[in-house]
Amino acid sequence: MSGARRRALRTVSSLGFWVFMTLLTLIPIWWMFVVSMRSRVELFSRPNLAISRLFLENYSNVLTDSTFQRYMTNSVVVSSCNAALVMALALLATYALSRYKLVGRDNIFFWLITNRMAPPAAFLLPLFIMFTRSFRIGNWTLFDTQLGLILLYCVFNLPFAIWLLKGVVDGIPIELDDAAMIDGAGLGGVLRHVVIPLAAPGLAVTGILSWVFAWNEYLFAANLTSVEARTITTGLAEFVTVTGTNWGELAAMSMITLIPSAIIVIVAQRYIVMGLTFGAVKE
Amino acid sequence: MGEYISQMRNPRTGWLLLSPTLIILIIFGFMPFLYVLVVGFFDWNVFAAEDGMRFNGLGNYRRLVFDDLFLLSVGLTIRFAVFAIVSEVVFGFLLAQMLTRNFPGKSIFRIIHTFPLMIAPIAVGAIWRLLVIPGFGPVPFVLDRWFDFTYQIGTYPDQALATSVIMDVWHWTPFVTLTMLAGLSAIPREPVEQAKVDGANRLQVFWYVTLPFLRPVLLTTVFIRIMDAIRTVDEVWMLAGGGPGTRFTGIYIWRVTSPGASADWGYGSSISLITLYLTIVLCWLLFIAISGRRKGEVE
Repeated sequence: MSGARRRALRTVSSLGFWVFMTLLTLIPIWWMFVVSMRSRVELFSRPNLAISRLFLENYSNVLTDSTFQRYMTNSVVVSSCNAALVMALALLATYALSRYKLVGRDNIFFWLITNRMAPPAAFLLPLFIMFTRSFRIGNWTLFDTQLGLILLYCVFNLPFAIWLLKGVVDGIPIELDDAAMIDGAGLGGVLRHVVIPLAAPGLAVTGILSWVFAWNEYLFAANLTSVEARTITTGLAEFVTVTGTNWGELAAMSMITLIPSAIIVIVAQRYIVMGLTFGAVKE
Repeated sequence: MGEYISQMRNPRTGWLLLSPTLIILIIFGFMPFLYVLVVGFFDWNVFAAEDGMRFNGLGNYRRLVFDDLFLLSVGLTIRFAVFAIVSEVVFGFLLAQMLTRNFPGKSIFRIIHTFPLMIAPIAVGAIWRLLVIPGFGPVPFVLDRWFDFTYQIGTYPDQALATSVIMDVWHWTPFVTLTMLAGLSAIPREPVEQAKVDGANRLQVFWYVTLPFLRPVLLTTVFIRIMDAIRTVDEVWMLAGGGPGTRFTGIYIWRVTSPGASADWGYGSSISLITLYLTIVLCWLLFIAISGRRKGEVE
């Protein structure tokens, strides 16, 4: 009898604790949502957490703004192309690292992670010089192009993708490769009919996480683009100006930026840890 | 047929498969490193009267040692990292411990708790800026009304630093929770039961059984968190705009090297290189610490 009561008490206390934690997590985001639903005048009255009326002007202003639309398109294009590129290159690289006896294989592997760990701020200057001066064909430079960002984001996405996929590809028995080869498949055939189908879940996770990391990136985008290739995160920072900030629209745009993150957390929750720890910690 | 297979396993094919990755990483990862290495020894100011690079030896580095702003930024970054990571590890461990129990709705709570992890850092900065902004933010309002406490991150460096730490804790504790949970679930039951039978209390079980099992995961987590904390730029910039108390090294480098703000490229390179060097040394020390302890365990 008392055992059942104790168990019930424990459940209730756990529930209470986690409701509290959930509030701590959600209230900041909720406040941003509240701000996004208010006009300039309403904002500066006494703060409260309730939404009194449906005010969508901030959202409609942001969504119909052509500059914002361009930023949004750029972000989608850059993230998607980068994710696709990273998936393709990482698959080839992990297959090479997993199946071939390459000289210095472990060193290459270690070098990969250092690319991810380097502080991006330290590379801004050389990258800016490279983008504006070194990669130049006539009048065209890599500066302020989607292509530049797509290639550059590989620097932090490829290492993580390779670390994640290495375990997946290592887990595919090499006998399956051999069997396919005996049946006359070439390298392309082995990849298409053996490796890709078996590594598909891992590949999907890699793609999804690469997409988010590229979508979230700010520092490189802010410094290596100016007008044409600006992304949504740089757009967010541009709202804060010396002359005054439209907080409502800033909040609305941030809410739009959050949407992919929310979807990914629900879809790929189990793999986030693996992705963030380079597969060092598995669930 | 065996010959055919060994032909397929020719290392040259392997290098061919690896080459696109290597080329991209060498161009965009390794070349910038060489660039700062070389340019750091030159005096190169684009807006100076005479354009071009002049060799300057260690001049930039001499200047760096006496650059109070740089030294201040390093100190701030270290304080920020220590406060944030210690809190995250403690909270993360406790939360993970809570998640090992079973209660209704656990998976939903877990998903919500994970949510901040995937939010763009710049948006995290925006969220917290809206919370603390003077005028309509609820935090200054509540602190002033209920506790008679003047809260203004633009004026008080300590408040700005504390707010950055709290923001980082909000953003990254879920990461520690998830890794700790993975670590805790991997601990076998027998040693824990055995220790209990032998009369160990909860603290002893934690110290002598749980912690040693958890050590690899704990160290990996701390390692990754340190790397990320010392490169923090976006969210803190968005929160405080580089105000007092939040000029971390990353932000300082960004402001010095950013093409619009200053054209002192030689000096900017030397700062970048020193920061890279400090990061590498830290990485290496941590790596030694992790592998050294592992070795100790084996013996």
